[in-house]
Amino acid sequence: MIRLIAWRELRSLLGQPASWFMLAILQFILAWFFLARLEAFLDLQPQLAQIANAPGVTAALAAPMFNLAALLLMLLAPIFTMRALAEERRNQTLPLLLAAPVSSATVVLGKFIGLMGFLFLLMGSVPLMLYSLMLGTALDHGLMLANLLGLVLLAASFVALGLYVSALTAQPVVAAIGALAVLLGLWLADIGAATSDSPWHALSPLHHFEAFNSGLLDSGDAVFFLLFSVVFLLLAMRRIDNNRRYG
Amino acid sequence: MSDSPPEFTLTARNLQRRFGARIVVDDVSLALRRGEVLGLLGHNGAGKSTTLQMLSGCLLPDGGEIEICGNDLLRQPLQAKRHLGYLPEIPPLYREMRVDDYLRFAARLHRLNAAQTAAAVAESLHRCGLENVRQKRIGALSKGYQQRVGIAQAIVHQPDVIILDEPTVGLDPAQIRDIRTLIRELADHHSVLLSTHLLAEVEAICDRVNILHQGRLAFDGTTAALAAHDGAPNELEANFLRITGVKP
Repeated sequence: MIRLIAWRELRSLLGQPASWFMLAILQFILAWFFLARLEAFLDLQPQLAQIANAPGVTAALAAPMFNLAALLLMLLAPIFTMRALAEERRNQTLPLLLAAPVSSATVVLGKFIGLMGFLFLLMGSVPLMLYSLMLGTALDHGLMLANLLGLVLLAASFVALGLYVSALTAQPVVAAIGALAVLLGLWLADIGAATSDSPWHALSPLHHFEAFNSGLLDSGDAVFFLLFSVVFLLLAMRRIDNNRRYG
Repeated sequence: MSDSPPEFTLTARNLQRRFGARIVVDDVSLALRRGEVLGLLGHNGAGKSTTLQMLSGCLLPDGGEIEICGNDLLRQPLQAKRHLGYLPEIPPLYREMRVDDYLRFAARLHRLNAAQTAAAVAESLHRCGLENVRQKRIGALSKGYQQRVGIAQAIVHQPDVIILDEPTVGLDPAQIRDIRTLIRELADHHSVLLSTHLLAEVEAICDRVNILHQGRLAFDGTTAALAAHDGAPNELEANFLRITGVKP
C-alpha cells in the first residue's frame, strides 16, 4: 500500500512539465558549479602539491558541491512537497484515500517515500558527477559516503516538514511559502547566532549537516535528523486523522 | 437469490454530528439490505452529505455506531472499508492521471491483487461506458464522463456497499438514464445508498426512501409507501413536501 501511494505520488510529480523544468535547470546549475570548481582545482593543483597535507580533490570539490546541493535542496524541497496533501484537499481527492482501507500513516509514509524518490532523482547527478572523477584520480570514499548519508537525512527532514505544512492547508502555494519560511528561518537563525553554543544551532538542519559535510559521522546529528523527520511525519498523520474529526 | 431473511450490509444507529454548536445530523439510524437501493432524500442542508461522509469513514460522528458487513467502522475501519465504495459529492479525481491508471490505482488501493485488478478495471470501464476514453487524461474529460469515472472508482472493487452522493448531478438526460440503469444493475449484487433531492430519481430507482429533515429522520419506508403516505396514492411530491414541513 505504501508503495502504491509512493508510486502514484512520484508519477504525478513526473507528469508535470514544471518538475522537468526544475530538474533541467538544477542539473545545469550543478554541472556549472562542478566544472567551475574542477577548473579552479586544476589551476591550483601545482601550488597545492607543494604543501604538506594539502586538501585532496574530494575535500576541495565534493564538500562544497554537497554543501551547494544541501542549500538548493532547502529552497527546492518545499516546491515539491507543497502539493502533496494541500492539493488533495483543494481538489477534493482526499475522500478517495479516507474512504479506502488505508490508514493515515500509510498515506503519509507513501507520500514521503514518493517525494524522497523524486529528490533522489533531482540530486542523483551530484554523486554521479563526483564519481566520474574516479576515471582520473582516487576519491576519499569515507568523505563521499558521509556526505551522501548527510544529504539523504537532510532531504528526509525537509520532506517531512514540507509534508506537515502541506497537510495544514488547502492551498499548495501557502504550503510552499510556509515550509520555506520555516526552513529559511531556522537557517538564518543558525548563521546569525552570535555565540557558538547558541541553541539556534541545535535547531537548524543545515547546521547538523555541517559535520557530515566535513566527513564526520556524528550519531548526535543523525539522531537529530531522525527525530526531526519522525516528529513532522507523526504530526502530518495526526493532521490527516483530524480531518475526519473536524471535516 | 435465496429466500433467507434479508441481510443487512450497512447499519447505522443513532448517528449524531455537530459542527460547532450547530447540530447537523441528529439521532439518525438507518439500515441497508443486500440487493436494495436506498434513497436518502432531503432539502439542501438537511444533512444528507454529512450523513454519507460519516457512513464512508471520511468524517467521525460525535455519537452513534456504524457497522458495515459486520465490521464496526469506528473500531475496525480498515476491515469495514474493504466492503465500501464511495462517490463523494465532488468526484475525487486526479486530473493528471489517465482513466485506466486511475481506476487501477483505486482498485489496488482497495486491496485487489494485480491479477484481480486488470479484470476489475476492465469490468468497471465496461459498466460505466468508459472504454472509449480509457487512455485519456481525466482532466480532459467532460463533466459527465468525469462523473462516470467517479462512479467507476466506487464500484471497481465490487464492494458490498456502494455509497453515491448525488450521482446524477450535472449530467444530461441521456447520461442520467444510463447511470440510473447502471445503479439498478448494481443493486442485483450489491446494496446502494444514494442521496438526491430529485423525486423523479427516487421514483425511478429506489426501493426504499429515507427522508432527512433538519438533521432528523422524518420518514423511512418503501417508495410506494411514500407515494401513498397519508392519503391518495401517487402523491410523491406532495407527501415529500408535507413530511419536510413545506406547504404543498
